[in-house]
Amino acid sequence: MTAADVRAGLDQGTDNGAGHERASLRHRLAERGIDRTLLLALPGVVAIIGLFFYPFLYGLQLSFQPKTGGFFGAYKAFFDDPYARGSIAKTFYLAIPASLINVGASVPISYRMRREFRGKRILLALLVVPITLGTVLTAEGLLEYLGPVGWFNKTLQWLHLTGGPAQLVNNYWGVLFSLVITGFPFAFLLTHAYLSGIHPSLEAAAATLGAGPWQRTRHITLPLLLPGLLTTFCLTFVLAFAVFPSAQLVGDPVGSTHVITIEAVHDALEEFNYPLGSAVAMVMTVLMLAVIGVAMGLRSRLYRGSTGGKG
Amino acid sequence: MSVLTQEPPAAAPESAPAPIPAPRGRSLIARPGTWLVWAVVAFFFVNLLGLIATVVLDSFGKTWFGGWLPQGWTTQWYSEAWSEFSLGQVLQATAEIVLLVLGISLAVGVPAAYALARRDFPGKRFVMLLFVLPIVVPPMAYGIPMATLLYKFHLAGTMSGVVAANLVPSIPFVVFTMTPFIEQIDPKLEAAARMCGAPTRTVFTRILAPLLLPGMLAAGILVLVRTFGMFELTFLTSGPTSQTLIVALYYAVFSAGIRAQQSIDAMAVIYTGSMLVLLLIALRFVNPTQLVARSADNRD
Repeated sequence: MTAADVRAGLDQGTDNGAGHERASLRHRLAERGIDRTLLLALPGVVAIIGLFFYPFLYGLQLSFQPKTGGFFGAYKAFFDDPYARGSIAKTFYLAIPASLINVGASVPISYRMRREFRGKRILLALLVVPITLGTVLTAEGLLEYLGPVGWFNKTLQWLHLTGGPAQLVNNYWGVLFSLVITGFPFAFLLTHAYLSGIHPSLEAAAATLGAGPWQRTRHITLPLLLPGLLTTFCLTFVLAFAVFPSAQLVGDPVGSTHVITIEAVHDALEEFNYPLGSAVAMVMTVLMLAVIGVAMGLRSRLYRGSTGGKG
Repeated sequence: MSVLTQEPPAAAPESAPAPIPAPRGRSLIARPGTWLVWAVVAFFFVNLLGLIATVVLDSFGKTWFGGWLPQGWTTQWYSEAWSEFSLGQVLQATAEIVLLVLGISLAVGVPAAYALARRDFPGKRFVMLLFVLPIVVPPMAYGIPMATLLYKFHLAGTMSGVVAANLVPSIPFVVFTMTPFIEQIDPKLEAAARMCGAPTRTVFTRILAPLLLPGMLAAGILVLVRTFGMFELTFLTSGPTSQTLIVALYYAVFSAGIRAQQSIDAMAVIYTGSMLVLLLIALRFVNPTQLVARSADNRD
């Protein structure tokens, strides 16, 4: 469409082909918003194409050129190996519960925190801390805090809740905790932003018509919030799906948390099998896009009009 | 709606409209649901605090076997960590990488943001999509093909490879942070400057640059925080001499057992401390939600 428009403009300009028509062509293009200012965007576009799209397409074609096994050899190698193939299920088994917990907990909490109260800004600022600390530090802290002699287990035993130390790290649970610690603040801040974009007068109007608190939540706020929740779910899912450091450090990287990123890094950077590594990265991208596609498909069926708020 | 309300709306303070400040003292007689929510939030923060405190205390402790607190205090682990992990070199590499990424992404991103904010041209949606994708696709998915390509060009493990990889999420991030800042500057100011005879260069340096400075500061500090904490891309593309602090920390934790746990913790504290300083600076200039908000959410 872009190219066609430009070409149409060019054709009309060159038909006349004289000096002053050139100026008119420039004028016509400027009316459509094309002038020298656009050149400012060029370095950015070139950088993104060169650094993002080119490597990605290079990886895509590389994944179809394995040393053995023909065109689909790398993909066949991945799907034929039960250990490698199993990483897909393990990833979903971690990412889906983690994102459901994060989004699920965010809704009631941000619902209660819609009001202005003292220290709200500090609370929101504190929530940013675990996001910026990142998964590596969270993993390092969890190893000690949830470890057999860590404070958490000590407290459990002190309260006589467990007999011996509970095994909370170097397994599935450690990774799940790490995903909740880094993912929940992220989901909460997004949900909070969406919820504060819904104007309170809508609920007030429902209240004047006699709707109770539950009815107002169920029939007014929730339908307005749901598109935002699906977006939040997608973003937290992407974060959880690409989990690598915590699965490697607090998880059981050769067992229950052998997730797809570990498999990809192992193939590419440890075995130096670049076609296989790229193929796994492509499988990962496709799966992630599929989940996002489903969520966005659901989202398009929902109400997407004004929420009466600042958004 | 046919069902009668259980209570008059005025008696439901928790679900009352947001902008009205709650009356003092009312929260003490709140419902169990409110208490539960606050309990969950408190539980989250207590555990987070415990997690960070464990690392900090351990890094200052002589030994810590099983008790609630370490036995004796020392700062020897910091000097040990400094020499063992050659932290001086790591910190220097980190600073170089972060500043290069910051400079390049601002230099490339701000003009692009200006063009996108000021002009409405055919194919603008396509260009926008071009910038959205690197933010939405997780680093692991494009980092591996990128690492492969860097090997091909013999850039693997070099500083330029790491910088190039980190530019991918940073440039779109600058573009999307700066666009609203530029949109709110009245184009009439530029027009007025031109009427007074200012050439393009002067318009940029004397009119736009001072007005854009707060926005560039906000975008810059966010890029700084993100690049400093960016593990995946740096991990995939870095070599021994181009590791940032977070990657060095990962390798230290990954090979735990070779080194004393306390010196790993000392490194973790250095990382946490630098990150918190950056974060405090960042929070002076930006809203917390901006740190997580991505371009994809601006649609609603």
